Amino acid sequence: MSDPTTAMVDSRPRGLAGDAWNDLRRSKIFWTSSVLVFLILLMAFFPTLFTSADPTDCALSRQHDGPSGGALFGYDFQGCDVLARTVHGAGNSIQVGLVSTLLAGLIGLCFGMAAGYFGGAVDAVLSRGIDIVLGIPFLLGAVVFSGRLSGAGDDGVTAVTLTLGLLTWTSAARVMRSSVVAAKNQDYVAAARMLGASPARLMFRHILPNAIAPFIVVMALLLGANIAAEATLSYLRVGLKGEAISWGLQIADAQKHARAAAAPLVWPSVFLAATVLAFIMLGDAIRDAFDPKLR
Amino acid sequence: MTDIKAQSDVLPGLDPRAPLLQVNDLHVEFRTRDGVAKAVNGASFWLNPGETLAILGESGCGKSVTAQAIMGILDTPPAHISRGEVRYRGVDLLKLRETERRRVRANKIAMIFQDALSALNPVYTVGFQLAELFRAHRGMSRADARRRAIELLDQVRIPAAKARISDYPHQFSGGMRQRVMIAMALALDPEVLIADEPTTALDVTVQAQIMGLLAELQQQRNMGLILITHDMGVVADVADRISVMYAGRVVEEAPVYDIYARPGHPYTRALLESIPRLDLKGQPLTAIRGLPPALTDIPAGCAFHPRCGYAKEPCRQDPAPPAYAIAPRRTARCHFFREVLGE
Amino acid sequence: MFRYIVRRLLQMILTFFGATFVVFALMFANQDDPIQALAGEKPVSDSLREALTERYHLDEGLLGQYWYYMTNLLTGDLGESISGRDISALLESSWPVTVQLSFMALVLAAGLALAAGVWSAIRRGGIFDNGVLAFTLLLLALPIVVLAPVAQWIFGMELGWFPATASRNASFYALLLPAIVLATTVVATQLRVTRTSVVENLRADYVRTARAKGLAPRRIIWVHVLRNSLIPFITLIGVDLGVLMSGALVTEEVFNIPGVGSKLAQGIRTEDGPMVVGFVSVLVIVFLVMNLVVDLLYAALDPRIRYE
Repeated sequence: MSDPTTAMVDSRPRGLAGDAWNDLRRSKIFWTSSVLVFLILLMAFFPTLFTSADPTDCALSRQHDGPSGGALFGYDFQGCDVLARTVHGAGNSIQVGLVSTLLAGLIGLCFGMAAGYFGGAVDAVLSRGIDIVLGIPFLLGAVVFSGRLSGAGDDGVTAVTLTLGLLTWTSAARVMRSSVVAAKNQDYVAAARMLGASPARLMFRHILPNAIAPFIVVMALLLGANIAAEATLSYLRVGLKGEAISWGLQIADAQKHARAAAAPLVWPSVFLAATVLAFIMLGDAIRDAFDPKLR
Repeated sequence: MTDIKAQSDVLPGLDPRAPLLQVNDLHVEFRTRDGVAKAVNGASFWLNPGETLAILGESGCGKSVTAQAIMGILDTPPAHISRGEVRYRGVDLLKLRETERRRVRANKIAMIFQDALSALNPVYTVGFQLAELFRAHRGMSRADARRRAIELLDQVRIPAAKARISDYPHQFSGGMRQRVMIAMALALDPEVLIADEPTTALDVTVQAQIMGLLAELQQQRNMGLILITHDMGVVADVADRISVMYAGRVVEEAPVYDIYARPGHPYTRALLESIPRLDLKGQPLTAIRGLPPALTDIPAGCAFHPRCGYAKEPCRQDPAPPAYAIAPRRTARCHFFREVLGE
Repeated sequence: MFRYIVRRLLQMILTFFGATFVVFALMFANQDDPIQALAGEKPVSDSLREALTERYHLDEGLLGQYWYYMTNLLTGDLGESISGRDISALLESSWPVTVQLSFMALVLAAGLALAAGVWSAIRRGGIFDNGVLAFTLLLLALPIVVLAPVAQWIFGMELGWFPATASRNASFYALLLPAIVLATTVVATQLRVTRTSVVENLRADYVRTARAKGLAPRRIIWVHVLRNSLIPFITLIGVDLGVLMSGALVTEEVFNIPGVGSKLAQGIRTEDGPMVVGFVSVLVIVFLVMNLVVDLLYAALDPRIRYE
């Protein structure tokens, strides 16, 4: 607090976003999770920075060999390099997670805004739609969806992404809807409407900026959840399959041989948990910054 | 009224001849991350049986905090009573252990809150919330407690008390809910009743009914009543004496007629001048200029000086003006009370 | 109260038909060859093709198919799996252990969440509170697909504290580790909701009134505050039942418990379409009925809804 620059920034008038950013900058959780997220993204897009071994280079002769200079985490049942497979697993995880979350966010954004802004019949129909999706326990729905969508012989990436996107948009839609409803009832929005602002202008100038913070929080949390869901579906053999590398598949394969070799089970588990943790922490930190009274 | 009060009468040092309630130099501060807010800065007043003392002031002047400090229901932390004493019949309540203190609440000193809808628990019937008092403090059986609860609702004139006992707070109208609050406060025959803005949330017609009911019950029971309000109109009708609070201090204390006739503190005077009056119709209304001070940053000297027309150099310097005895049974914290009185 | 129940019932019926139609349509609609879809990637014999066509009325329109599917479902006739076993019988033999497991998990989770949630709300900002917050964060970050195999390996295999697998007539002890694992899927949110709700209620005006009434702190918390805090908690239980069903799928698969979840997982693995559709449809119905029960419980707890 004694830092003069901080004091100067503090004394300037600022909006909610400015306040939130100031809170965020001081949050240890925010920085920890940001660094983790950065590392994970780096791993997803440039796996070779972390390992030079080929994840598909497997030889049964090395089955369950222990850690060595060439393979830090040792070899799994198939004799593949555990480190290489785990690092390369990040790519699919992040890809499925990001795309499915964006898809869910887009659906949720449109439906939530429409329901909140138009109200009445549109709201009723969309809300019942949300009820129907929520009426199917998530994993049960995902199992049917994913099994249905994936074609024979493909790696399942598209199927899992679509499945997650189509089943997880409800929370985004609900948050968006209630934010829009709350914003719509604000006096200044009513005033803008009376002054003849067009619906589009109202939505993008006056309503969206206030609704976007809780939406971002939901997206961050959903990203973590979807990455976990991909691993779960892959574990149950309705997610990524065939030649695809996935933490879920690794766990499923290694679980049976955990007594013989724990490393192939432990490392993908650690990476998966760390990834999910990073996004959940990020979401938590942003929420705390925007809504301190929840703490 | 043949309750066994033995259990609640064993307060150490209780003196039946001592004044009913006496608050001396009470200081309450709120310690928050953003600094210390001094809500009450040396409030003092007393109360006799059967008497009504009005504590008057703008919102944020510390009147509700004072009331909650007397009750011992401030949230600690952030609130801290840093100095002062609250004597009930000679016993300093602030020095009692929490278990002893709890027996004073509702038994000796009870309180009514402003918004009865939020002050009542929404998920229990009013019958349960009334009977709970008898069960917790008097160890009554369920049936007896229920019978007493119905009696109480009758006393505060809620029609069909027997049927309404099993209704929930949200099923009552605003006035009826405030009657339930009054019944709850009077359940254990307290000697002191603190009413914190009891009628602010109500319609004007209902306000008069509730104030009438309060005055009547007070007379029946010879209770001391502390009426906390910002409404000078309410005060004139029912109060015997008035304590005017500003920035956590009692700036003037006087019998009600004296204060209306000749205020002794510039703040009281300004408050009176800001009331619309029929005999001054057509003349501009005077408002008090400026705003009450932030409790984290109370001005040195007399806290009112930045807004005061009488202020001179001594007002701007510590210590704050003492409580001058400006007339028999009257005090005012103003160096220039003679000018204000117009002498 | 009556209007509330009727409205909820109508909503549930709508959701019920919507949800079952979605599941049904996914399996059968817009398929070039729905029979091949049902059988997965296995070759289909002519006799099986005939049996499936008859069973699912594939020669009729989509709505007709849905009609037959629903009437069969509601009369308890789930048909046969691809491998020729009676699906109702499979379900009958597998549900008791799943119910036992889920019930144990729910009780464990709710008990811990309520006790720790209330305690950490009272001591807000203290060591216990921060510890609990970190603990819930960790639990939220550990997907069951990580926790179940790792817990089985550590506590079941390496340390040997618990049996690593459980049979059909599993004892309480044998199901304890899986139940704990399953409980972790819901306990973190339950705990956070309890804590937030108790914190909010502690600030409520009626708590100040209760204190002014001279009530003991214990009574204020457990009688006045908790009853109000249970309202959001109960709502959450409805959602959690779905989470537990999802979690049971993985838990039973990992711990080899012959319940509904592992049967379903088996059906998925063997690409047994009729079995998956049958099981999922029944579970959706169970979920919706349980949610209706939760709604009624909610009304019982909150008089403001009861007298709406």
